[in-house]
Amino acid sequence: MLEALLVMSLIALALGAVLGYSAIKFRVEGNPLADKVDALLPQTQCGQCGYPGCRPYADAIVSGEADINLCPPGGEEGIQKLADLLGVEFKPFGAGAEPKPKAVAFIDENTCIGCTLCLQACPVDAIMGAAKQMHTIIASECTGCELCVAPCPVDCISMVTISENVENWKWKYPVYALKSVPPETTSRTPV
Amino acid sequence: MAAFFSPFISKPDTVAQIMLRVMLALLPGIAMYVWYFGPAILVSIALASVTALATEAAMLKLRNRPVAPFLQDNSALLTGWLLALSIPPLAPWWLIVVGTAFAISISKHLYGGLGNNPFNPAMIGFAVLIVSFPAQMTHWLTPHGLGQVELGFLDQLRYTFLGSLPPGVTLDAITMATPLDTLKTRLHLDESVKQIFDMPIYGRLAGQGSEMVSLGFLAGGLYLIAARIITWHVPVAYLGALFATAGIFHLTDPAHYVTPLFHWFSGAAMLGAFFILTDPVTSPTTNKGKLIFAAGAGLLTYLIRAFGGFPDGIAFATLLMNICVPLIVLYTQPKVFGKKHPSGKNGGAQ
Amino acid sequence: MRTLFKFHGGVHPPGNKAQSTQQPTAVAPIPAKLVIPFRQHAGEAAKPVVQVGDHVLKGQLIGEPAGFISSAIHAPTSGTITAIDIQPVAHPSGLPDLCATLIPDGRDEWVERKPTDYRTLPADELRHLLRMSGIVGLGGAVFPSDVKLRPLRDHPNKDIGTLILNGAECEPWITCDDMLMRERAAEIVQGAEMLRSMLGSREVLIGIEDNKPEAIAAMRLAVADSGLPFEVVAVPTIYPGGSAKQLIRVLTGLEVPSGKLPTDIGVQCFNVATVYSAWRAVAHGEPLISRVVTVTGNVARPRNYEALIGTPLTDLIALGEPLPDTDGYIMGGPMMGTPLPSTSVPLVKAGNCIIAGSKKLFPPPPPALPCIRCTRCAQACPADLQPMDLYWFSQSKNFGQAQAFSLFDCIECGACSYVCPSHIPLVQYFRFSKSEIRMREQEKQAADRARERHEYREFRIEREKQEKAERLAAKEKAAAAAKPVEPPVVATNPDAAPENTAQMKIQAAIEHAKEQAAAIKPKNTENLSAEQLAEIAEIEARRARIRETAKSDVEPPKE
Ligand code: SF4
Ligand code: SF4
Repeated sequence: MLEALLVMSLIALALGAVLGYSAIKFRVEGNPLADKVDALLPQTQCGQCGYPGCRPYADAIVSGEADINLCPPGGEEGIQKLADLLGVEFKPFGAGAEPKPKAVAFIDENTCIGCTLCLQACPVDAIMGAAKQMHTIIASECTGCELCVAPCPVDCISMVTISENVENWKWKYPVYALKSVPPETTSRTPV
Repeated sequence: MAAFFSPFISKPDTVAQIMLRVMLALLPGIAMYVWYFGPAILVSIALASVTALATEAAMLKLRNRPVAPFLQDNSALLTGWLLALSIPPLAPWWLIVVGTAFAISISKHLYGGLGNNPFNPAMIGFAVLIVSFPAQMTHWLTPHGLGQVELGFLDQLRYTFLGSLPPGVTLDAITMATPLDTLKTRLHLDESVKQIFDMPIYGRLAGQGSEMVSLGFLAGGLYLIAARIITWHVPVAYLGALFATAGIFHLTDPAHYVTPLFHWFSGAAMLGAFFILTDPVTSPTTNKGKLIFAAGAGLLTYLIRAFGGFPDGIAFATLLMNICVPLIVLYTQPKVFGKKHPSGKNGGAQ
Repeated sequence: MRTLFKFHGGVHPPGNKAQSTQQPTAVAPIPAKLVIPFRQHAGEAAKPVVQVGDHVLKGQLIGEPAGFISSAIHAPTSGTITAIDIQPVAHPSGLPDLCATLIPDGRDEWVERKPTDYRTLPADELRHLLRMSGIVGLGGAVFPSDVKLRPLRDHPNKDIGTLILNGAECEPWITCDDMLMRERAAEIVQGAEMLRSMLGSREVLIGIEDNKPEAIAAMRLAVADSGLPFEVVAVPTIYPGGSAKQLIRVLTGLEVPSGKLPTDIGVQCFNVATVYSAWRAVAHGEPLISRVVTVTGNVARPRNYEALIGTPLTDLIALGEPLPDTDGYIMGGPMMGTPLPSTSVPLVKAGNCIIAGSKKLFPPPPPALPCIRCTRCAQACPADLQPMDLYWFSQSKNFGQAQAFSLFDCIECGACSYVCPSHIPLVQYFRFSKSEIRMREQEKQAADRARERHEYREFRIEREKQEKAERLAAKEKAAAAAKPVEPPVVATNPDAAPENTAQMKIQAAIEHAKEQAAAIKPKNTENLSAEQLAEIAEIEARRARIRETAKSDVEPPKE
């Protein structure tokens, strides 16, 4: 009896030592978890999460200060991925934070006065223009963050929703004929 | 034209048809069974069928799945038939019911139903029975003309359902150990193979009667291959491995190890080769994988028969190989068109 | 006799080709209205070069290629363009696309055609001619042919040793290539020689499935007449033996490496109809404005028609006289075609066949059961994939694994769905997974770009701040050095000042703009000539149109 206990505690001690040693020896610099979280965020840089960009939000999530359901552009799928990565429960969006359809900003060139205010607001430098020149959005780089809409003094920026068309259309998930259970409960479980 | 996407045409084959044809292919073997051992087997098959359908329906209901399409797919029926064919025909009714119900509910539906069970349901049922009720699982009927007494159909029925025998008849008088079992016990008593084979229960190839049943299953199996219901890989690899191992041992010591042909035609070897190991759900999907899987099962069958504690080894060999299926499949992926290497090497198992 | 090779798998669906080959190809009448989509080829859509109201002649350019992989669009007959707008087209999504509407004037008057002798033109000019003639692959993929004739980018001097003409036509029901080969074999052979000379190939193989003996005989005769050393090879009838990669494998024994093009192994493959229209374009100066299309299925008169691109399918279907129990139409074959959202959509270059369907011909599939891993799909797959595994990953949206198991080597032939006893729409799952993966990759790239741009911006702002601070510090130092006695006048907050002025300026600009807006007319629009006014009106109209399209399109114009 006593022997067994002794052996067990010895083994435990030895393993503990190994673990402790490797934790110090193989320590990774920086915060790789924040990098991983950042990689899952959509990089819209819209600040809707309450942080000044995706990276700060990622840091906040990792430090435990922010919840995982604050990023509307990432959608429910984004929350799910964060939940999987961090090993926590999926959490639905709070009220008023539901994702909107994807859109890009569009500057009405007739009204633009070339004030450069929107240019300063754009987090990804997707607006081209110079002082007193008409500005325009580089649509392919626009993340749809809407940050340029409010600063415009003449209200010439509008968000244009990207609707489905022949180019961006996707094949749909085949309808499975054998589902007699309501779709909400089965959508995540394979048949 | 209700399809919303191509292809708009499809082969008329259905799962139900495939299962039905497998059941058809069992018929020659069953006919032999009836001829040599009397109609008791028909009763067990009927009993297993009813139990299988009832359990299937109940489980589908419980799992909130549509009942009709799955009941019509014949897969539960086939499981029931295979189980009934692998246990003694004169088994009491509750043995069949318990085995079948267990096979369908636990080993099929708890794993997700049709197509998702990792283990062969019929063999799970068999394994459970042989572990829990070893005594009842040894009451094999004596073939025609060998027993002291022969039971009529009604007497057999009475025994199955009421457990009572006609006055003056003992259970020992109508049943016997299987040829494989006898062989094993006698070999332990240090008799030689030749001496043992002089016993009347042995026929030309293997056991009197049971060899003919095996031939029946062989015929059915060949039909399945011809009809392209199964491919040749599993039966060939299984019978080949069994033959090869048995052959090696036989050559080293003919007095203690019987011929490979005896192994082929005794026990459930033929049933296993063509009907049990070929179960699509629980066997590998790649051709190479099928060969490895079946060869492994052949080897295990022989080892269990020759050295293990059970007279026949099909069930456990099947179940053991079932465990290996995902790994086998992962490592036997075929080369994809236009690629040098098979895919999935960097991915994990499914 | 050439030794033929085999590819793994394949299926034998009933051919149903005899119905539509009883009669020779007929010319379909010019319809009352043509609708010509600007996206009829793989790659970028063509750019309209005509205006509403323009009168165009038959064969006149109405859409010019826009981008490297693109092709031209022409007016199929003479008439007036009455609209350039979004119209329903035959696309699996059922979504509409930009089309020109042409009302024929009935004169069917050609533009000036310039027949050319291909031997007098260098290859790059010939390629340009094909591009401007709108020649694209007519087998279904509609890939611009001129791109396929380019010298290899990596090895510009490597020859394409073998040219293969694809006349296999493995899909059931379709017979348009069959009829074309029977009736116009000589011109196909001429075209093949032209393409051969462009590619510099030493060998030309014409692969035709052996269920088309008439076409084989006609092509053999034409080859013999021409005296060219081409070989007409009868290949075994098996679906999808007409898929380019599979046909190349059968004829040469070579496998096109995954993710590569046939040219990487020194082979190029063209559909016979493509070769024919390429020949017409060069030797007769006729751009691609019509094609042979099979009208078959549940119709009283199945037949092949040579029809103008843009013909409403209703008109073509009417020629076939659909039977009363017809309940839908398929564009293309039953294995890979798409159901038509409506019959009012126009015929496009990809449209090789229209099949009228009925419950009897195409019975609805029984409900799908779970996969029983019977491996029939794997046995049928010509790409040697394991469709049941791909299905498992696709339906659970485990896209990473699906890709690891070579999802993108699937050619979407549908053979697996065809044989599946559980009647699982396998290929549909694969299409879904593929487009989902593609979209995610795009999103991922966009996110990465956004992150980079954002990080650069932060860096830039930081740098600007620093530079400003340095500049100020330097100024102060200089000032201090110049006037050491004087106390600093502009004191407390050095950066507040410039920003304040900037803000004031902006404020002024805003006020200015508001004034402008209030004064209805912008200043520079006074005293304009009539011409200038017209020009402005035109620009305004264009802007309005752009805004319209921006609403329906991905990107607003980038001017
Ligand atoms: S054919 Fe159908 S049921 Fe059979 S393995 Fe393939 S997907 Fe599964
Ligand atoms: S559709 Fe794809 S997976 Fe199915 S048979 Fe064709 S190539 Fe194979």
